[in-house]
Amino acid sequence: MQKTTPGDSLETSKLSPTMLVGIVAVAFVIAFVAALPVGGANVTMILLLTGILAVVATYVISRRVEGHRYALDRIITGLVAASFVVATIPLLSLVWTTVRRGLAGLDLAFLTGNMRNVVGEGGGISQAIIGTLIITGIAAVISVPIGILVAIYLVEYGQGQRLAKGISWLVDVMTGIPSIVTGLFALGLFTVFFGPGYRSGFAGSIALSVLMIPVVVRTVEEMLRLVPMRLREASYGLGVPRWRTIVKIVLPTALPGMVTGVILAVARVVGETAPLLLATGLSDEVNLNPFDGRMASLPLFIYNSYITPGIQVQAAYDRGWSAALVLLVLVGLLFGLARVLSAALTPKGLK
Amino acid sequence: MSMTETPPVATPDADDGTFLSQERPTAGQDRLFEGITTGAGILILLTLAGVAFFLAQKSLPALDLPASSLPNAESLSGYILPLLFGTIWASIIALLLAMPLAVAVALFMTHYAPPALARALGWVIDLLAAVPSVVYGLWGIFVLAPFFVPVYRFLADTVGWFPLFQPTVTPSGRNMASAALVLAVMILPIIASVSKEVFLQTPRLHEEAAMALGATRWEVIKTAVLPHGRSGVIGGAMLGLGRALGETMAIALVLSPAPGLIGFALFTSQNPSTIAANIALSFPNFGGQERSALFATGLVLFICTFLVNYIARRIAGETAGF
Repeated sequence: MQKTTPGDSLETSKLSPTMLVGIVAVAFVIAFVAALPVGGANVTMILLLTGILAVVATYVISRRVEGHRYALDRIITGLVAASFVVATIPLLSLVWTTVRRGLAGLDLAFLTGNMRNVVGEGGGISQAIIGTLIITGIAAVISVPIGILVAIYLVEYGQGQRLAKGISWLVDVMTGIPSIVTGLFALGLFTVFFGPGYRSGFAGSIALSVLMIPVVVRTVEEMLRLVPMRLREASYGLGVPRWRTIVKIVLPTALPGMVTGVILAVARVVGETAPLLLATGLSDEVNLNPFDGRMASLPLFIYNSYITPGIQVQAAYDRGWSAALVLLVLVGLLFGLARVLSAALTPKGLK
Repeated sequence: MSMTETPPVATPDADDGTFLSQERPTAGQDRLFEGITTGAGILILLTLAGVAFFLAQKSLPALDLPASSLPNAESLSGYILPLLFGTIWASIIALLLAMPLAVAVALFMTHYAPPALARALGWVIDLLAAVPSVVYGLWGIFVLAPFFVPVYRFLADTVGWFPLFQPTVTPSGRNMASAALVLAVMILPIIASVSKEVFLQTPRLHEEAAMALGATRWEVIKTAVLPHGRSGVIGGAMLGLGRALGETMAIALVLSPAPGLIGFALFTSQNPSTIAANIALSFPNFGGQERSALFATGLVLFICTFLVNYIARRIAGETAGF
């Protein structure tokens, strides 16, 4: 075997893919045999051992054949690919677990029933689904106009102004507020005016709005900046006033991206639990009035079915998993909707 | 963008003028619209001021709280400190776990994977970021913690002399290590997507120059990509840290807390709690008076995340324009 020096030839790769597959196969066999006497030969251990052996063997062989620079390159490639696999495992495991455990209890009775007078098995989550839709809906109705207006201010009017720089900075600060702190804020705000026991869906919506507004501002801002300056100038040239240019030219051009961004912002807050725990509370029955009384929500229902499972623990856990599945599907639907809408709304020329 | 206060049509012309110097009939509408958008901007300012004000106002009573009414603490600072410690400790471990993985994932997306796979992976990362934290919490208790108990046992048995791995492993796995692992999974997408953005901004010429010198892929990354992306990656990590500090539900579910404790051991059942999780867990049991102490911890958390995010933006802003 001839040792390759750097820049030796164009043909740097002396390890063929077949050889690499061979190395992995041998590593797997060794790992399998090594795991046998231990007894607890679980799949994870064998795969882990295979990975380590394969990387080490590749390094050693490649170092002999190709030189240490190429060996190092190979080992890094192996590690990067491995970390990609490791990073996707949690998502796969999480989705799989939720589907497997959640599907069992998921039927029409569960989706349409509620938790009134339910102590053991049974019960449903209609109150939580409706509550989540109401609370998130109000939060969106509050956040979207405010977010769009702030973005318009930052992009169209505030260029170079100190106030705009300050507000842009505050939006960044707002992005970093922990969700539980927004819950404390909403609780503080409403209990000051309506007494210490006040809980309502609306208070939860306010807390969610604080989380949602900065996300909307940032995405809309990004979209507005993408609108070509020439479009605005053409409109001014026709004598169209500035505000009409923004409403009739700039916003429609930016619409597809804005819609996608807004939906993704909704998907982010729909699963927020902490603010609702503090500001909204939980109810057993459907409550359609966001201004009066506690209101159930899916995330808090999931949390509660683990924290206070009641008499029949397993039944409560099962309800929690089923609700988690419903919540995941909801988030997934929002994601899908965002993609479909962004494709559908993009003007044909821009695709 | 070269927009000025005067609309381009009404270019003021010094001499001739009666027509142009007159305000156009739509100027009033324009000013109204500008006023509305500026008002929305000021609303942001008011909201943040409101958050700070109500947290401070609600936590004031905590200062006169009789010491006996706080669980496991002699004073307010004695109550807050262990929680602050737990918050920072859990977040730092999570960051140390997530950071190398996130950078590797970002590199995989930008420099290793074929474009189609990279796009799919970007989508997976987006989804990871969108999974509600309460679902992560459930998954942490029922899947991740039991899965890692043998690993904890193994570490405690073999390197138990190491202070972090003190050999009392809680059988449920609901310890600091599991909490940090769940946190790591949750902040990985943030760090990875920020890193991805800065890696993509590496000047193409730098990479090509390195390749022309015969550098291997890793050498290209080491000499061109990583130096360029360093501050962006650090900024992304700080953003992830900010998220980890404020995470509530996953910790509240996964961690089994021991109030008032400050300890570094990762595997035991006696763990310091975090501010956010403690608020969620204690809130239902606390009366109005003691709740002011929770507001005080919330204020401390707000200040912490504010500082971390501020530093993150400062660092990240140096390279990436966001």
